[in-house]
Formats: sequence, C-alpha cells, structure tokens
Amino acid sequence: MSELHHIPLTGLAAGLRARRFSSVELTEAFLGRIAASQGALNAFITVTREQALADARAADRALAAGTGGALTGVPIAHKDLFCTRGVRTTCGSRMLENFVSPYDATVVAKLKGAGAVMLGKTNMDEFAMGSSNETSYYGPVRNPWEPRLVPGGSSGGSAAAVAARLVPGATATDTGGSIRQPAALCGITGLKPSYGRVSRYGMVAFASSLDQGGTLTASAADAALMLREMAGFDPNDSTSVEREVPDYVATLDAPLAGLRIGLLKEFFDKGLDPTNEQRVRDALAVFASLGARLSEVSLPNLPLSVPVYYVVAPAECSSNLARFDGVRYGHRCENPRDLMDLYRRSRGEGFGAEVKRRIMTGTYVLSAGYYDAYYLKAQRVRQLISADFTRAFAEVDVLIGPTTPTPAFAIGAKTSDPITMYLNDIYTIGANLAGLPAVSIPCGFVGELPVGLQIVGSHFSEALLLNAAHAYQRATDWHTRIPGGWA
Amino acid sequence: MYDFPLIFRIPPPHPSRTPMPLTREQIESIAFLARLELSATELPVYQTSLSSILEFIGALDRADTAGVTPMAHPLPGLSQRLRPDVVTEQDHHAEYQRNAPQVAAGLYLVPRVIE
Repeated sequence: MSELHHIPLTGLAAGLRARRFSSVELTEAFLGRIAASQGALNAFITVTREQALADARAADRALAAGTGGALTGVPIAHKDLFCTRGVRTTCGSRMLENFVSPYDATVVAKLKGAGAVMLGKTNMDEFAMGSSNETSYYGPVRNPWEPRLVPGGSSGGSAAAVAARLVPGATATDTGGSIRQPAALCGITGLKPSYGRVSRYGMVAFASSLDQGGTLTASAADAALMLREMAGFDPNDSTSVEREVPDYVATLDAPLAGLRIGLLKEFFDKGLDPTNEQRVRDALAVFASLGARLSEVSLPNLPLSVPVYYVVAPAECSSNLARFDGVRYGHRCENPRDLMDLYRRSRGEGFGAEVKRRIMTGTYVLSAGYYDAYYLKAQRVRQLISADFTRAFAEVDVLIGPTTPTPAFAIGAKTSDPITMYLNDIYTIGANLAGLPAVSIPCGFVGELPVGLQIVGSHFSEALLLNAAHAYQRATDWHTRIPGGWA
Repeated sequence: MYDFPLIFRIPPPHPSRTPMPLTREQIESIAFLARLELSATELPVYQTSLSSILEFIGALDRADTAGVTPMAHPLPGLSQRLRPDVVTEQDHHAEYQRNAPQVAAGLYLVPRVIE
C-alpha cells in the first residue's frame, strides 16, 4: 500500500469502508503532516486535534457498525470563513480573532452529516479579499511548490494544504476567483459551483451576489464526491436554489465525444504569459483527441469584468461589513470616548489595509451623487457580460481558457499597487458576475510551477464540467503531481 | 495609467473623463461615512490608491449601456424567494452574547448615547 497521503479523497473514502485503514490512523497521519508543515506553509489558522480524533473514533465505530455515510472518517479542512460551532472562525481578520460561532454553516453541517472529520480551519486573505493570501492577519501562506511564492488567494490556505497533501480535500469560497486562482497556482483542482448551488448560510459574507462555496481537491473525481455532499437547497439562504442535486460521481465517466468547446478569444490575448498559453493549448489538443470539437468564441464585453467587479464587490462589501460595529461581537477598541469613537476605532483597528480600502471604495460608489455613475452603470455592464455568456452557450457546451495570466508570483511582488493585484483575477471574475460554474484543473508546468486550465459552463452544468475535467485527468497525470518536499 | 489594450483590446478612455484625484478632505469624508478611523499615515496611502481605483473603474464609461436593465440577480429569471411569515427563531441571546465585548443583565453595553 502506498502512503496514506498519496491516496486521493475518493480512494480514502472507499478504503475506510473496506476497513483497509481506520479513520484514527488517517486523522493521525494528516494531523502529523499539518503540524510538520505549519512553520513552512502557515496553511492553518486553527487545528482542532482533539475534536478531530474524537470524531475519527466515532467514525470508526460507525464504519464498524456499517452505518457510515459517503465521507465517513475522511479528514477535511474548512476555510476559516465557514462558521463552526464551538471552534473560532476568524475570517483571516483581527476583527474576529476571538469569535466563536454559536452555530455551524450549512456546508459544515452537511459535510459533518456525511461523516467527514474536520482537522482545522485554513488560512485565507482577510474577509476573502485578496489574490495572494498576503492580507491575512495571521500571516501569509506559502506556496508548497516554491516557498518564496504566493499560493494565490483568497483560499490560499485550503489550496496549499491540499497541494502539500496535508488534507485530501478542503472547502473554499470564490467571489472573483478565490477557489480557481489558488487552485491554478498550487496545481490542484478547484471547483466554483453555480450561484445558489451551495448554501451561503454561515459563510461570512463578502459580496453576496458573487460569493459561492466550493471545493479544493486533487482531482475532479474528488470534487464530484465532495460537491455532491455539500450542495443542495437550504431554506436558511434566501438565494439558495430549489433544484435537485445530481449524482456528480455517477456521470464522471460519460464520453466526451461531440462535446463543443469554445476557446475564449478574449483570454488568449496580450497579457497572457506565452508559456502559460502553450500549456493551455497543449490541453486543448488533449480534449480534441478525446473527441471534443473546438471553435473560437468571442465575448466582447468580458474585458470590462474587472472594473465591473471592483464596483459591485466593494459596494456589497461595504454594506455587509457594516455589521462589524464593536458592539455585538468582534474587536472593540479600548476606552471609547463615545459611540462614534467606538465604531470608528474598533473598525479602524479590527480591519486590515485591503479590507478598509474596499469598504471605502464601496462607500464612495454607493454615496449620494455617484450611485448611478458607478453602481448602476456597473450592474448594466454586468448584464451585458452575462448576455455574452448566454449567447456563447447557445453555440458551445463549455468555454475553455487559462485560469490565470501567469504562474505563481513572489510574496511581496504585487502588494504595492492594488490594481496590479486585482488583475490576477482577470480570467476568473466573469463566471462570478454571471453566476456560472467553473473549474480550474492543472494542465502542466512552467519550469517548476503549475499552470491552471479553466472550464466554464452554463448555469447548473457542474456535472458536465466535472465530467470534462475527469476525462482530461484520465488522459493526463498533472493532477497527481505533488510538490517536492511534500511527497 | 492602466494600459487596458495591454491586457485586452479596449478603446482608450476619452481624455475629458479622466477623473480628478481624490482630495484629503474627500478621503476623510469617505472614512467618516464608513465609520473607519484612519491614521495620519494611512490617509495619503488611501488617497493614492482610491484615486487609481476610481480611474480604473472609470473604464466602464466606455461601455454603451443605453437601454440595458441593471442586473439584479446573478441567475436569469430568478428573484429573491420569500418564506412564510411565521416566527422560526428561538431565543439564543445568552449564547450569542458570549461573543459580545461588554454585556450586563442581558444587554449590550455601549458608551452613553443620551446625556
């Protein structure tokens, strides 16, 4: 038998049911890897060792009794913005340094219900605002492929943890690329489902019309299993969609012959690193060999997606983060003079630089006299971008392009200019604006660094995306590569 | 300043629409509206970065949106669902207040508001 951390999540679930190893053995093995990695990667904010071992013992009892669920005994980690009852949820912020949620997020409850064992909470950009995991109050996460580089963000801790095989799978969220971009930079599979597919209840809100929970795993098959257990209607989320969850695992092996793939013309333009482009074009040749038909598709309004996003997301952020008032929960300043001083100093001290920048941008674009020029204008352009996607999906089944313009960059390289950082998400934001599902899968390397390929589908086409990604992963082995030092 | 054609082919901005940089007073006013205390060293940093963000999002001026309805929901044809108007919440105030910075007798304490 190979080492436990080399076995993918689906293999671990099957191995547990077959009693080839116990959940306590798995949990001990992964907790050991997390402890050994923390100084080098800083992927976790909180490790829940005792609770994990207790849950693993319970899982072993369930497995022995034959009452296990789809994930019984499988270790996972949660991004630290999913509320976990009794375990602190920091959102990467000083504001929530001591916040202990009185309830579980629906995603946490569902995965717990399926039998998964939580090992801890992963590091992230503060309030999920960032593309490099450098805005965390708990320090940057390092890329397991090269520790001088960023893992991407905002789900950088979850991505680094899965890439280094500290856990076989982790939850994450994606508002403008926060699952797919770190998946690409860390060489793993990142799935952002359709808006409304996964409940946002108990997921600390950043931009509510864009936020969506999803998965970071080694492979598409692992993502299919995790998503099947996480997704579904939730009356506690008013934007959750009442729609049956298909068995994503059952359709993974459908043949790709005849699949119509659109190459996103606007993504293969200046700004895309030529070696990155070559890896993506190599992958397209693989899809063609599997029977897919390729054609070029143009989405003329897509280039405006980053400016649209940096109006809509900060506007929603300024509104959502108004709840942090230093009164009911969260950081409170010392010796406030009056109520206004309490609000202003608690928020000024509790939030980091990027969060404050976005709150202020949002406050400005929503303020009297500017609302029409910025917010309404952005929502009109967002409509045009969404219509571009609708037109494209009348001609093709999926759209393919790169996930990011370049591989991972150095820690500190893009922190001085926010716009340079924002442009990291140039290829990922469109799917959020239109509420579409998208997946990033590893498609090769530039030197020692992984490159991501993005597949975008129409609303609720997760099964097709996972099917296409799985077919590619059966024909290639990029998704099985583990960074040197972590194998 | 940000070269869009370098990333994508977008027509250059109309020169008359280049926004003026934000003043220090404007930043102070935004920070007040957002209930954020900024230090003397933070102010000029946000003056620069917010000005460049406004220039960046000013690219939206170039899109022709005449007659386009602003998008109100990310899923076409869907609007916000309503639930039956019945009481579903239970009283958890003691549990919720464990996260509060300062409470007494079940109440949240703040500095005196009414003199």
